[in-house]
Amino acid sequence: MPLPETQIPQTIVTEFAEPAVSAEPVAAPPSAVRRFLRAKSSGRIADGGFAGVMVICALSIFVIVLLIIWVLVVNSKLSIHAFGWKFFGSQVWDPVSGDFGALPFIWGTVVSSLLAVAMAVPLALMVAIFLLEICPPFLRGPISFLTELLAAIPSVVYGLWGVFVLVPLIRDNVGPVLEKFLGWTGLFADPNFGVGMFTASVILAIMIFPVISSISRDVMRVVPVSQREAALALGATRWEMIRISILRNARIGIVGSVILGLGRALGETMAVTMVIGNHPDIVKNLFAPAYTLASVIANEFTEATGDLYLSALIEIGLALFLVTIVVNAIARLLVWAVTRGNTARAA
Amino acid sequence: MSTLPVRSSNMERMINVRRKSTNHLVTALAVVSTIIVLVPLVAVLGYLIYKGASSLNWAFFTHTPVPVGETGGGMANSIVGSGVVLGIASLMGIPLGIGAGVYLAEYGAGTIFGEAVRFTADVLNGVPSIVMGLAAYALIVAKQQHFSALAGGVALAIMMVPTITRTTEEMLRTVPHAVREAAFGLGIPKWRTILSISLRTASPGIITGCMLAFARVAGETAPLLFTAFGNQFWSLSLNQPIAALPLQIYEYALSPYDEWHRLAWAGALVLIVMIMVSVTLVRIFASRGALKGGQH
Repeated sequence: MPLPETQIPQTIVTEFAEPAVSAEPVAAPPSAVRRFLRAKSSGRIADGGFAGVMVICALSIFVIVLLIIWVLVVNSKLSIHAFGWKFFGSQVWDPVSGDFGALPFIWGTVVSSLLAVAMAVPLALMVAIFLLEICPPFLRGPISFLTELLAAIPSVVYGLWGVFVLVPLIRDNVGPVLEKFLGWTGLFADPNFGVGMFTASVILAIMIFPVISSISRDVMRVVPVSQREAALALGATRWEMIRISILRNARIGIVGSVILGLGRALGETMAVTMVIGNHPDIVKNLFAPAYTLASVIANEFTEATGDLYLSALIEIGLALFLVTIVVNAIARLLVWAVTRGNTARAA
Repeated sequence: MSTLPVRSSNMERMINVRRKSTNHLVTALAVVSTIIVLVPLVAVLGYLIYKGASSLNWAFFTHTPVPVGETGGGMANSIVGSGVVLGIASLMGIPLGIGAGVYLAEYGAGTIFGEAVRFTADVLNGVPSIVMGLAAYALIVAKQQHFSALAGGVALAIMMVPTITRTTEEMLRTVPHAVREAAFGLGIPKWRTILSISLRTASPGIITGCMLAFARVAGETAPLLFTAFGNQFWSLSLNQPIAALPLQIYEYALSPYDEWHRLAWAGALVLIVMIMVSVTLVRIFASRGALKGGQH
């Protein structure tokens, strides 16, 4: 007998099949060292340790978000105490006398983002439809690659291009035309220096276009072929098929992509800072310079003197952070609500 | 008797004409939109190559910036500085992101904690980059009382984590469950299964995710404005302000000097080429991988 009978199945058991370990037929409990070695070879300690490390990684994401909130709240305490809610309703931004209000920046951020979304969404949906349904196959790859390239260009490069190409273009060519035809609305009026709300919105529209287009294309792609075929079989033209079966089925995801684009536009910093003119005013004229939440931080933070000034800027950052969280949450809720409605109707 | 069908066929014809013309109109609109969208892209890239290539020279890669009024000079310190900051960010962000992704796919699937982590990662993904800069400033710069490369790296690392987490999770989910079951059936412990089977099978997709996150933060300026801060001189110290390519482009673009504008264009071209090369590498890598990067 080369080995005690019980040992043979035991080694096999510990090495290869964990559940059977509990059923080991050993009478005397093995020593602590033995237990450790066995646990190690069966991977119980390693398993636990590995799972622990992964949980810590997952927890760190919570920690990061909580840390950001905590650090922003702590550092903006001064301004929160000094101004309270009035901070978000006041139009005054006077670092010299230490009076701060964020309303002009909120206005600039909201208006420029909404304008950008209004410009980008129709184009993005049309391009998505073109690439999916109309485009000849040999063009599909190159064009979708090119539109994705738009997303890979860094913000600061858009800003550079905006300063040297778009600003003169809008000042000298586009501006006068818009003034002539839409001047009566009061939205496009002199003086037009090229830098201002309108230019910033155009840059933002170019920047958020790839997000909206690629996500809505992905959503449209997953509409079942049978839906398209059903519409076509009923004699629908291509556009009717797109409207009835694709846009209708994919609208949830399309709304999601638009809101994601909006979120991107709200927080966009560098390109906007370089072309918006950076002047905290609330005016109707879109050619006038404006200011956004993100760009006031980018522009003034390193030069801010005094604790109250810094604290006010950090509170603006906190507001921006909370707004993006809310926008994201709304996107999720909307998607959830629409999905729920859909399944209810299908049932 | 006969009037009704005639009228209805007339109406039908009218309706059909309208339907067909709408169809053509929309098709035309889609084509025009695509052209409109491609114009700024071509304009940006074309102008960038035209302006950048004419200002690129050897000195750009070997010299540090010179004071106003002198010609020449380059961005050697910015290129190296960007590398340092991105290196710090990758060292911190990639392991953390992959770990969290592994948790979501292999341990936390369907649990409330897992859902919460996923939601938080999505939220973090949508947070503006400048807020990351503010947080890193308040956490590190304000405590140390000086700007540092480390703070810049931390800000970028925070930006990388959610992207990597979500791609890792999605890629791990594309690994067929049978593969894992086969490993368990052979008695391989779970950690070993994850490391050598799941992660390995999904690795092309995960590498794609890491590179995309890298490419995304490589061009970021806003989080570095008050963390890495920029530097006109050589510095490799993690504890000192360090130059970075996007920061230098920003500074030069807003300056009133033509010579600096020229350098800004050259810098932008170099930055874009660096990002494009990494994205293209990703595409090649992903198309060769076992799972084709998880794209179907």
